[in-house]
Amino acid sequence: MPEHTFRVNGEQVTVTVEDDVRLLWVLRDILGITGPKYGCGINVCRACTSHLNGRAVSPCSIPVGDLEPTDEVTTIEGLAATVDEDLHPMQRAWLDHDVAQCGYCQPGQIMAAVALVRRVTEEGRSITDADLDGLRNICRCGTYPRIRDAIRDGAARM
Amino acid sequence: MTEPGGGGDVAGSIGRRRFLGYVLAAPTLVTAAELGVASAAGAQPAAAPRVADLLDLTDLMTVATLPTAGLIAVEVHADGTASFALPRAEVGQGITTSTAMLIAEELSLPLDRIRVTLADARPELVFNQLTGGSNTTHATYRPIRVAAAIARQRLLAAASAELGSPAGELTLSAGVVTDRAGRGVELGVLAVRAASDRSEPVTVELAARESFTVIGRPHNRVDALDAVTGRKKFAMDLAVPNALPTMVCRPPTINGTVNSVANLAEVAAMPGVTDVVVIGTGVAVRARTFGQCVDGVRALRVSWKAGTAAGKSDETVLRELAAAELPLGLLPPLTPTVEGRFTFHFRGNSALEPNCAIADVRADRAEIWSALKSPIVARQSIAARIGLPLNRVTVHVTEGGGSFGRKLFFDAALEAAEVSKKIGKPVKLMWHRADDTRQGRTHPMATSRVRMSYLGDAVLGYQQRHTSVSTDLGHGLGEIITAFAAQLPVGDIGFAETFFLLSQEQSYRFGVSSQLLSETDKGFNTGSTRNVYSPDVTTARELIVDQLAARMGSDPHDFRRRFLRADRAKAVLAKVAEVGQWGRAMPAGTAQGIAFHAEYKSVSAALVEIDCRPETVNRPIRDGVGGPRVTKVVFAVDVGLAVNPRGLEAQMMGGVMDGIALALTSSLHLRDGYFLEASWDNYFYTRQWNTPLDLRIIIMPDTSEDPGGAGELSVAASMAAVACAYGRATGTMPTTFPINHGTLSFEPKPTVPPVPASPTDGRDHAS
Ligand code: FES
Ligand code: FES
Repeated sequence: MPEHTFRVNGEQVTVTVEDDVRLLWVLRDILGITGPKYGCGINVCRACTSHLNGRAVSPCSIPVGDLEPTDEVTTIEGLAATVDEDLHPMQRAWLDHDVAQCGYCQPGQIMAAVALVRRVTEEGRSITDADLDGLRNICRCGTYPRIRDAIRDGAARM
Repeated sequence: MTEPGGGGDVAGSIGRRRFLGYVLAAPTLVTAAELGVASAAGAQPAAAPRVADLLDLTDLMTVATLPTAGLIAVEVHADGTASFALPRAEVGQGITTSTAMLIAEELSLPLDRIRVTLADARPELVFNQLTGGSNTTHATYRPIRVAAAIARQRLLAAASAELGSPAGELTLSAGVVTDRAGRGVELGVLAVRAASDRSEPVTVELAARESFTVIGRPHNRVDALDAVTGRKKFAMDLAVPNALPTMVCRPPTINGTVNSVANLAEVAAMPGVTDVVVIGTGVAVRARTFGQCVDGVRALRVSWKAGTAAGKSDETVLRELAAAELPLGLLPPLTPTVEGRFTFHFRGNSALEPNCAIADVRADRAEIWSALKSPIVARQSIAARIGLPLNRVTVHVTEGGGSFGRKLFFDAALEAAEVSKKIGKPVKLMWHRADDTRQGRTHPMATSRVRMSYLGDAVLGYQQRHTSVSTDLGHGLGEIITAFAAQLPVGDIGFAETFFLLSQEQSYRFGVSSQLLSETDKGFNTGSTRNVYSPDVTTARELIVDQLAARMGSDPHDFRRRFLRADRAKAVLAKVAEVGQWGRAMPAGTAQGIAFHAEYKSVSAALVEIDCRPETVNRPIRDGVGGPRVTKVVFAVDVGLAVNPRGLEAQMMGGVMDGIALALTSSLHLRDGYFLEASWDNYFYTRQWNTPLDLRIIIMPDTSEDPGGAGELSVAASMAAVACAYGRATGTMPTTFPINHGTLSFEPKPTVPPVPASPTDGRDHAS
C-alpha cells in the first residue's frame, strides 16, 4: 500500500492507504480529525471545507495521492494556530453573532468564510452581497443571515 | 403539532407559586421534580411507578443511585458546579442553552458552571423522553425550575447553619452564599452539607417573574465554542473501538429488497473492505474508510425486488390523493364562495448530518450511539430486532446535526444493530447523501382544498379538506396522541386525524368552520419536516383569505386584522405591518405578502417582499436554482414567555429559511418508484443566493407565565407569506408548491450504482 506524506495543521503526517481514497476519509477515518464533516461526498454541500495551502477546498473530492509532502492542509482544528491565537477572528465573530445551531455545517462555513475574505482582500476590495450570495455551503438549519453578518464582522477583524 | 396535554397546570403545582419537588438521598445535593406532561394528560400508564410509590420505598440506597422513575434531577457538586441530564435530544434547537438558563435563574449560578448533558434512553420516563412537537421548553420549564429552586432552598438552609445567620439574610450570587457581615461559603462546600440521607418531598416557591435576571435575557449558545472549533462531537465523530465505517448498497426504487448478489466475495476482497453482508434494506459494506465503503457499494452487482412504491410517479400519487379527497360540504352553499385547491409535492427532510449510528452488538448485550429524539421506542425496537432483552441494550443519545423530524425515527440505528449482529463486529454506519435523499424520510405529498362562504362583508363559513399521503407517526408520538385522544370529544378516529385536529386551530372568526384530514397510501417513508401539516394547511388558508379580501374589496392586512380573534394575534400582525411598512409602493413584478399562524400556544405573523422580475428570476446560478428572490422578511412572534430571546430568534430565522424553500424551490420528484433527487445539487433547500438580504425578527413582549413552543413555529407563516407575495407580484395565485416543481432543474443521477463516485478534481476548484 502506498505511503503519503503531507502536512496537516502544522505537522507532517504519513499515512499508508490506497492513492484514490479521498482526503476527507484520510482525515476523519485514519487520522481522527473530525472537524471537517461529510454532507454529500461530491463537492456540493461544502460541509467538509478545509484549506489546502490557504485556499478553500473540498477534501471529499481530493484523492490523497494528489498531495505532495509540501502541501499544507488546514482543518477547522488548525485554523486558530494560523494566526497564533486561541481563536481565529472569524471564529470570534461567529461566537459574537451566535451563528451555530446544530453546528454540523459550521466548521465548513467558517473555513469558507476565511478563504473568501482572504481572496477579496487580495483583490483589494471589501465583501459584497454578491460575494456572500456566491458562498455554496449549505446550512440546513438556516443560519444564513447570521453567517452573512458574522463574515462582514470577521472580515473587519482579520 | 400541539404538545400532548401540556396544559398550564403542571403536576406538583400547589397554590399559585408553590410547587412540589423532592430532595433525593445522595452524597451531594440532588433535587428533583416530576416531569409533568404525562400526568397532566393522564397518559401515564399504570405500569410506570408514580413518584408517591417510589418515595415509599425503603431502600434509599436504590433511590439514591438509580435514575428515579419519572423524575428529572439537578445535582450540585462538590466543585461548585451544577449538572442536569436533559431527557431530550439537542439537534440544534438550543435547548441545552435554555435549560442551563432556567437552572442559572433559580440557582444564581453563572452559566459556565452548569453542565447540561443528554440523558441515555430512560424507559421509566415513558412518553416524556420524546423531542417532538416543539414542546421541550414548554414541558420542562416548570419541573427544571422547581428542582433548581429546591436546591437553592437547601443550600441557603445549609449556609444558614454554617454561618449562624437566618436564611432570609443570606444572598446567593455567583456560586457563593454571603451573610450581611460579608462572610461567605462556597457552593461546593454547601453541596455536601446540604446533601440528604433520605429522599423526601419538599415544597418550594419559584422566583417571581419580575425578579428574573437570566430568563428572558438573550444568551449565546453554551455549545457555540465547541461548534466553531470543530470540537463538537456528532455520532460519526465518536471513536468507538473497532467501529469501522459501514455503508449500505440500496435498491434503485423506494424500499426495494435484495434478491441476490452476484459478486459478494469479489467486493469483500476489495481494498480496505472487511465485511459484506445482506441485510433487510440492502447490502452492507464495512471498510477501513467510508471512501472504500463507497467503492464497495458501487461495485456490488445486486438484483432487487420491487419496493413499496413500484411504478409510481407524481401523477399516480396525485390521482390517489384526488380519489381520497373528502367532500367540501354536503350541500352546495347558497351564498357566494371563494375556493381553491392546492398541491404540495414531496419534500425531503434530510438534515445536513445524514442518518447514522454506531452499534456494538455482542451475544449478550448491545450498545448504540445515535442522535435520537425518541430513544425509548428506539431501544425497544432495537432490542426486538436483535433478539436481546431490553435491559441488555444501552442507547446513548448523541448530539445531532439537525433533525427537522428525521431524528424522531431511528432507521440508521436499527440497521447498524442488524449489521453489527450479523457480522459480530462494531460498525459506524452512515447513509450516503444519495441514500438519505432517495430512501430517507419525506414530507408527504398532499392536497389542501379550502372553501369560504360569505355574504356582504360577513364570512359565513370556512371548510378545509387536507388529503395527504400517510404520515408515519410510529415513533412514540403516536402513543402519546392516542392516549391523549381518549380524553377528547373527537370520537373514535385514528391518531393522525386527532393529531391534525389538535394541531390546527381556527384563529379567525370565520363562522362555521371545519377542517378534516384524510390519508392514503402507506408505501412511502414519511415523517414530519419541521412540522407535518401546518405549513401546507396555513398556506392554503392564507391564499384563500387573500382572495376573499380582494373579493370584498378589503386590504389583506385589514381583512385579517378584522377577523382575527385574539388580541395577541392582532398584535403580531400589526407589528409586522408597521415595521415592514405594509402597503408601501413597490415596482411592478415585486410585491409584499402577509400571513398569520398560531400553534403551540404561540402566535406569529410574517410580512414578505418578493422580487419576481425576469432579471431576478433568471439570474445565473451554477448548479442551483435562483428563481424569485425574497428580498425582505419581517417576522413577529409571541411565544408567551421567551426564555432565551436570542435562541428564539435563531429558531425563527431557520423556520423562515424553510418557509422560503417550501414555497419556492424544495421538492422531490417521484418517477417510476424512486425520487430523482440524489443530493444537494438536486434538492434545492434555501442557499445564500435565496436568502433575504433584510430579515427582521421581532420578539413580542411576554404575554404569559409559560413559554410556548417555537422549534417549528415560523415555517407556516413564512411559507404562506411568500406564497401570498408571489401571488400578488405575478397577479396569479400559486396553486402548486414549490412553485418551480414543474421544471426539473438538474440531470438526475443514476440509481445503479445507488451512490455517485466522489470527484477527483478537488484541487482544481481551490478558491
Ligand atoms: S462532503 Fe465535501 S462537499 Fe459535501
Ligand atoms: S447549523 Fe445545522 S446545518 Fe448549519
